Amino acid sequence: MIPLLASKLILKCLERENVEFVFGYPGGALLPLYEAFRTSPIKHILVRNEQTAPHYASGYARESGRVGVCLATSGPGATNLVTGIATAYLDSIPIVAITGQVDRALIGTDAFQEADITGATAPFTKHSYLVQNAADIPRIIREAFHIASTGRPGPVLVDIPRDVQLENVKTGLTYDKVDIMGYKPNLNGHSGQIKRAIKKIKEAEKPIIYAGGGIVLGNAQKELLTFAEKNNIPVITSLMGIGAFPEDHPLYCGIVGSHGYKYSNVVMNGADLIINIGARMSNRATSHLTKFEKDTDFVHIDIDPAEIGKNMETSIPIVGDAKTVLAELIPKDTITDHATWLAEIETIRLDNPLVYDADPPCSDLINPKVLFRDMSEMTADNTTVVGDVGLNQIWSALYYRIIKNRRYFTSGGLGTMGYSIPAACGASFATLDKPKEIFIVCGDGSFQMSMGELGVIAEHQLNVNIILITNTKLGMVRQLQFDTYGKGHYSGTDINFDIDFMKLAEAYGIKSYKVDKNADFNKVLPEAIKHQGPTLIQCQVHPDFIRI
Amino acid sequence: MEKKTCLSLLVENNFGVLSRISGLFARRGYNIDSLTVGTTENAELSRITITVTGDDQILTQIKKQLNKLIDVITVIELKTDESIIRELVFIKVKADDTTRSQIVEIANMFRANIVDVSRESLVIEITGTRYKIEGFFEMVEPYGILEFVRSGDTGLQRGGKILSV
Repeated sequence: MIPLLASKLILKCLERENVEFVFGYPGGALLPLYEAFRTSPIKHILVRNEQTAPHYASGYARESGRVGVCLATSGPGATNLVTGIATAYLDSIPIVAITGQVDRALIGTDAFQEADITGATAPFTKHSYLVQNAADIPRIIREAFHIASTGRPGPVLVDIPRDVQLENVKTGLTYDKVDIMGYKPNLNGHSGQIKRAIKKIKEAEKPIIYAGGGIVLGNAQKELLTFAEKNNIPVITSLMGIGAFPEDHPLYCGIVGSHGYKYSNVVMNGADLIINIGARMSNRATSHLTKFEKDTDFVHIDIDPAEIGKNMETSIPIVGDAKTVLAELIPKDTITDHATWLAEIETIRLDNPLVYDADPPCSDLINPKVLFRDMSEMTADNTTVVGDVGLNQIWSALYYRIIKNRRYFTSGGLGTMGYSIPAACGASFATLDKPKEIFIVCGDGSFQMSMGELGVIAEHQLNVNIILITNTKLGMVRQLQFDTYGKGHYSGTDINFDIDFMKLAEAYGIKSYKVDKNADFNKVLPEAIKHQGPTLIQCQVHPDFIRI
Repeated sequence: MEKKTCLSLLVENNFGVLSRISGLFARRGYNIDSLTVGTTENAELSRITITVTGDDQILTQIKKQLNKLIDVITVIELKTDESIIRELVFIKVKADDTTRSQIVEIANMFRANIVDVSRESLVIEITGTRYKIEGFFEMVEPYGILEFVRSGDTGLQRGGKILSV
């Protein structure tokens, strides 16, 4: 076998994993790898700051259902990835982060651009590797992709010293079958527990399904729909579970939690059986739930055994993949109608309607709730909306309807501002061959955290539309300050400079619009959608519009 | 109710495995009483014994979180009645011509060994369960303990059962 340069071998290994794009930023410790990129079919997308690279990979992964890849050099490049890796970890998104490292002999000497990145990211990577021998590269890269994408997905980091990249290796791509002694994710539910769950489902008078991100990640939407319809069980989702169940379905019961719908929390509190599928029951989701008493039975289906019983006592634990376990549950004899319960829910829904109204001066400018409701009517059935973090996120999550094949991505677990632009770009790269409508929803705060990435949008003429909600405030923190300390107790939440976003967009050659009335938004939105290439619509919202 | 539990782990000898395990305890706020690590009959594997304190819910979480680590192959609980759990302790006790023989006598009763002698001190090596060691400490305390070092619990299941891949 002809020896191959390790840097080329790395890219060959990525090719074997069907990697199309690597979102990265070069540097000294990656010189050999970047030299190999010149002749590789894998496309390198130069991001404008390493901090956004994992978000690109995340958006790519969520849109394509494949593993996203990001790349950064040693030291500051690697540490810049940290927040993005943690973001992917909290939302269980499969990404592989590759970092350059200083030469092996220099490790531990505080060499130039040296940082212990495997150590720094240990708390929020599913696994990580420091490659010490080039011959291990085929095995490590195969394992990294396997670990990232199977079981409960998550980020895996591979740290590769510069001199390892320069080794000549003879191993080739001989390593195919992954066999990791300590990693054998369980997919099928335990038959005994499934039997117990079936019994509970049959007996329950007021059951609900609580669907989390596990349904979306596990591609189990169809199975969930069949199971819910067969048994007439209403479905509530978490923030990460948006897209698990069509929002126009009669059994759909909204989003739970401190930032969910009021009626959803009331319904959840009234249930006597909660079938949790792939949701973590995080503090934000459960904070408005009061009645988790002993008479509420709790079936918890999750691929990660450690999630079961972590935040909530479980009566019936089922460890397994959402799609597989649902497929196991569907054929079981459970058919129930729950007519009384569904009627009760209808009353709860009517008693707690969504409130769209706003008073002056808030009503003088854009009403963001109405904006997203209208946008639901005007966008395609396969639209992807990427919400950032803040009020923009909650408005878009609650009032933009995810139906048919629409998708909603956001940083739900870590709540990382600046997520939307790079993640939407990643999603856009995943759909270059079959372009679709991709919307970025962000506020003037989150926009400014990642606005350097407009450079990538412009360079690649990505077909993304930015809905920029501006109020010259950090709205959500301001809302918290208002709720906690009272009116006027605002601190550090004013963006004391009214940026001319039109000029900024123009600088990047991005078509832009500025609107301050809902009617005007509705006029320009179809135009923006029709426009080939990126657009930005700045929507002026009154600073005092802080209600969700 | 909080209790002490002894866990036995089989792990792959990979880079950073020990820091992954200790880091897990630190970041999730679990109390670690002791941790011992050593090689096994298989050069690729290490065996770790961890003693932890916590209630049932925390102990279950600890086991699950440990199992989640890719490098961890098996986690079992060493139950007192089904396992041998011992600790090695070196104790340096103040000893002069008048007290030396009394301390030696106590050490003999505990089947401990004298491993170093000087004009003012004795170093005693004792192996045993937590209870035996506590008892020994109580006995030599009046003579003056200068310093001691404890290895932390290590253990094995009784009978033919083995911890394997």
